[in-house]
Amino acid sequence: MLTEVLIKTLFIMAVIVGAFTPLITWIERKQSAMMQDRIGANRADIAGIRMIGLFHPLADILKLITKEDVVPLGANRAMHLLAPLIAVVPALAAFAVIPFGGVYSFGGKELSLVVADPDWGLLYIFAIGSIATYGTIMAGWSSNNNWSMLGGLRASAQMISYEVTLGLSVVGVFMVFHTLKLSDMALAQDSSFRLLGFVEVLFGLPLPAWLDWLRLPSWGIFLQPLGFLMFLCTMMAENKRPPFDIPEGESEIIAGYHLEYSGMRFGLFFMSEFIGVVVIAGLVATIFLGGWSIPFLPQETIIGVISSVYGTGFATGLCLILHVLTFFLKVIVMIWLQMALRWTLPRFRYDQVMDLCWKVLLPLSIANVFVTALVMLLIQGGQA
Amino acid sequence: MTVPIFLFYAFAVISILGSLGMVLNTRNTVTSAMSLVVTMVALAGIYVLLEAHIVAVFQIMVYGGAIVVLFLFVVMLLNLSTDEFRPGRQRLVKLGAMLLGLIVLAALLRVLTTALPAAQPIPEGFGGFAQVGIALYTDYVLLVEMSGLLLLAAIVGALILSKRKID
Repeated sequence: MLTEVLIKTLFIMAVIVGAFTPLITWIERKQSAMMQDRIGANRADIAGIRMIGLFHPLADILKLITKEDVVPLGANRAMHLLAPLIAVVPALAAFAVIPFGGVYSFGGKELSLVVADPDWGLLYIFAIGSIATYGTIMAGWSSNNNWSMLGGLRASAQMISYEVTLGLSVVGVFMVFHTLKLSDMALAQDSSFRLLGFVEVLFGLPLPAWLDWLRLPSWGIFLQPLGFLMFLCTMMAENKRPPFDIPEGESEIIAGYHLEYSGMRFGLFFMSEFIGVVVIAGLVATIFLGGWSIPFLPQETIIGVISSVYGTGFATGLCLILHVLTFFLKVIVMIWLQMALRWTLPRFRYDQVMDLCWKVLLPLSIANVFVTALVMLLIQGGQA
Repeated sequence: MTVPIFLFYAFAVISILGSLGMVLNTRNTVTSAMSLVVTMVALAGIYVLLEAHIVAVFQIMVYGGAIVVLFLFVVMLLNLSTDEFRPGRQRLVKLGAMLLGLIVLAALLRVLTTALPAAQPIPEGFGGFAQVGIALYTDYVLLVEMSGLLLLAAIVGALILSKRKID
């Protein structure tokens, strides 16, 4: 039991910290370069081998570790040293409840591909994310710098505001899937529904059989399109990356809360943002894009078809690998989307960010809850 | 010592240290607010040990995540210097606090000296969202609605207070 949890934790840490986070720093530079018609980072080399700039993450990390770690005069030393850790640990801990695969049985032994699977999985992520706010606030306050202080103040205001919408924007999803458990949510999306099924349920019109082929996978994005947009927007705002980089505000308050940080402590803030990108991608993939499920190919179908040829054990193992790959493919797609948004949209002004939260997203999310409830009431017992 | 008991003592010590750090720290308001966060998180850990998961999550989300952030926001916005809260002025408050502390101490001692009833087995699904939700919307629906009304009144009041001109 304990070894299983440890292995899964090590796997997810290796994938997130070892592969995704360094790669994202490189992808961010390359993707922005492509979008701006530049070549981008390609100079770092080992013995002349450049590998299209893939050594840059390594060079970055080496540089950050070997740099001097300056604590400014008059800073609150303990808080200043602690703040980056408070920022980075919750971002890493969030991945504990995100399932990267389903439940597979090997000879009567169940293997569930999620580190911890509490009933309150999604709320755990919200709770742990709200702790991460302290890293930013502490960094801003303890640096003894007015710009940092402003950044910390902005961060606290922005995070508190967006936490409200963050919870409300996914209430519709809770209602549709009847659960807050992330593994159950992913499992519920491993099926499909008839696109016009509601006609039959609402108006009692029988549909011709060929219309049964017109199906959509029952993913959150199709059942809760507005919820998807609001959730993505809110999560990006919580992660403080452009266009929501109000706490950093390079053009206004220089670098905001991490202005006085150098070396690896700055690197930790940097890392927490990139891990945040991966967490958002994983969470959105799990809640709205079906998690590990392959559209139109439920787990039983895959295992059933393959096991008739190669036996159940092999089929289950293959299904496991396919599901994990599908999950990380979806994560990569979501990371790409966030990067594209980050380099496309101009940054918001402070009052625009606040207006977006309180005057647009909050009313919309409450309306979304009501509309979802109404639709569910109308087609109760229906397929959707 | 089993793991839950060890965890309980660990969280208990952390929460007591956190609350002491909050109360005894008279020099720095921000660090004392951070001690409050430590206390809140440790309390949430104790709630988890008591199988009250939903209370634990909301403890962190509401108290740890929102309320103390607001405290910090106000403290940082005012940016008070240390000598504005010089200790040793409010005699009456101190006297009242000491009295209240004595009463709490007496009550605690009384509880500790009497024998506790034997532990009951935890009912199925205790502390889960379904149970809490059903309880809130059937037995306590009136209270939920009343607190909703109260919050609405508070929001409207805050809006009116903060808006210079009502249009």
